[in-house]
Amino acid sequence: MAEYAAQGKLPEVLFFVGCAGSFDDRAKKITKAFVKLLNKANIDFAVLGTEESCNGDPAKRAGNEFLFQMQAMTNIEVLNGYGIKKIVTTCPHCFNTIGNEYPELGGKYEVMHHTQFLKSLLKEGRLKVEGGKFKGKKITFHDPCYLGRANGEYEAPRNLLEKLEVELVEMKRNKSNGMCCGAGGAQMFKDAEPGDKEINVARTEQAQETSAEIIATGCPFCMVMMTDGVKAKNAEENLQVMDIAEMIASADDL
Amino acid sequence: MQYIPNILFIIALAAGIGYFTFNIRKIIRNIKLGQKVDASDHKSQRWSNVFRIALGQSKMVVRPIPGLLHIFVYVGFVIINIEVLEIIIDGIFGTHRVLSTVLPTGLYNFLIASFEILAFLVLVGVILFWTRRNIQKLKRFWAREMKGWPKNDGNIILYFEMVLMILFLTMNAADQSLQSLGVAHYVEAGSFPISQFIVPFFDGLSEGTLMVIERSAWWLHILGILAFLNYLYFSKHLHILLAFPNVYFGRVVPQGKFKNLASVTAEVKMMMDPDADPFAAPDEDATEAPAKFGASDVMDLSTTQLLGAYTCTECGRCTSVCPANMTGKLLSPRKIMMDTRDRLEEVGRNIDKNGEFKPDDKQLLNDYILPEELWACTTCNACVEACPVSIEPMSIIMDMRQYLVMEQSAAPQELNTAMTNIENNGAPWPYNQQDRLNWMDEN
Ligand code: SF4
Ligand code: SF4
Repeated sequence: MAEYAAQGKLPEVLFFVGCAGSFDDRAKKITKAFVKLLNKANIDFAVLGTEESCNGDPAKRAGNEFLFQMQAMTNIEVLNGYGIKKIVTTCPHCFNTIGNEYPELGGKYEVMHHTQFLKSLLKEGRLKVEGGKFKGKKITFHDPCYLGRANGEYEAPRNLLEKLEVELVEMKRNKSNGMCCGAGGAQMFKDAEPGDKEINVARTEQAQETSAEIIATGCPFCMVMMTDGVKAKNAEENLQVMDIAEMIASADDL
Repeated sequence: MQYIPNILFIIALAAGIGYFTFNIRKIIRNIKLGQKVDASDHKSQRWSNVFRIALGQSKMVVRPIPGLLHIFVYVGFVIINIEVLEIIIDGIFGTHRVLSTVLPTGLYNFLIASFEILAFLVLVGVILFWTRRNIQKLKRFWAREMKGWPKNDGNIILYFEMVLMILFLTMNAADQSLQSLGVAHYVEAGSFPISQFIVPFFDGLSEGTLMVIERSAWWLHILGILAFLNYLYFSKHLHILLAFPNVYFGRVVPQGKFKNLASVTAEVKMMMDPDADPFAAPDEDATEAPAKFGASDVMDLSTTQLLGAYTCTECGRCTSVCPANMTGKLLSPRKIMMDTRDRLEEVGRNIDKNGEFKPDDKQLLNDYILPEELWACTTCNACVEACPVSIEPMSIIMDMRQYLVMEQSAAPQELNTAMTNIENNGAPWPYNQQDRLNWMDEN
């Protein structure tokens, strides 16, 4: 982004990569897949790079409002400094926090989740999606809490799957009744409280009931949890976990 | 002498309504112990929520079977109240079926017939509800927090409603027999599609006996209604009244939007402003006691959250979809609401006794809700989505976490590590912020 600013330009959209997308090995693949799609669609975009900092969601949901607001204001200062208007993110937590909680703190942007953004590119004809190798495959979609319930977006990811010509098989609990993968509310960073099962394993079992070959999702944290769940069930052979951006990119052999 | 029934009726009515009002005022006082909320925004959406969710039961029918049964009972309850109006007028003035003399015969007959059908549906609904609780033993009615009073409460309500409906139908049946005998006071009025089937049981009874049956059923029915009204205060059944305001004050912004603490914003702005002089004399209006962050007791919660605690019907829809509860953790969002109400009632009794709240060495945190419950929440909003009356158990969990972290620094160790990382590296993991772009060159 600094380079854009040096030339006095503003990109069409800022891609807020997020911590998982920057550091988590599995999530980095989502980042790269999404960037491939942006390039393919000739989108003029930028990232904050080393000026980006955690959006503050885990701190806030852990109860540390101070740290959250420090993070938020630091990011807002950077974003406003560049005059950013539109943000896209591959993480529903960044999407939710920046879109819903930053405005009151002075950060007002149009924020889109990458599935919404891709859907809009499709609509404008700037990107084409074809089934390719996913055509007819049984695929189930795991709704990320912060995309679905938190923000009411259930259709954009499903639309994209439809474009991939997959056979969408819903889990019993889907959309507004979808079940959490177990990562939200800063749970990602701690062990679970004592219980009789891990949440991600329970959710993976629900996905297995659909006999899908792929669990599609749209969140790097769901990705980690579900991947671990599949491992715990020793089901890696016939059950994959993929982000929708990865599916579109690989359908196109990008 | 002939006015004794009227006088007794008026006394019963006044006592019933009086005691109820007395208790409702207590509830309002207790709710006002909470922090004020401004709900002057989104007026039209709030009203539309009331119509859709409270009146229209839109969230109840997400589960079709109990949803439908609940609609029977709910519609029955609301409509049969027109009949109660007639009963009250008759009771005060000693008339009989007074509406039949005011309304066109056809309409009156139609009304009575529909009350009867509704009463029957209520009876069916209530019996099935009872079966679901006690024979089918649905899991959500047999959870840890449902032992003792909550379980009895649920059943008492159902018995109450069964008895009331049976009395209503019995009263009508006896009335029919008396009408057909041509007894003076019993004008021919009404149409009785359900209670006609009870009439044969009264065959051969004398006029006197029938009158005793009719009067007893009439009196027991109205006294039962007054008793039920006053039972509400002690029961989870308050939702029949509070669901409406609770939905009105409920959420009108996306569920993902958590509130930002204004007190924190002020301090963070100070800290980040390079021009701020930390030694400057504090503002005149900033001299009030520093705000407490988060909630450790009911007074720290908002009036909306406290209203929610009184509104909760203990239906357990929230708990049955809670991922933490489903996987055996201690957390149950329903219990969060029940604990909040129990503690609030305790504080209320304390005020009744002492005139104002005297510290009692207890609080909501630890004495009712344990940190272990609070830390199990994934903030997934499933409980909020599932609640048919727009209660948000999750918001109480969040407020209490804030207290644990910001007032007591009592977060689980791993979370402290993650938060230190965010503070130092701008990410919850121990990576350097300078490496944020490394993915670009990796393959
Ligand atoms: S938000 Fe928390 S309490 Fe509510 S359902 Fe999810 S995990 Fe359970
Ligand atoms: S909070 Fe709502 S869903 Fe949960 S038990 Fe109470 S009324 Fe039912």
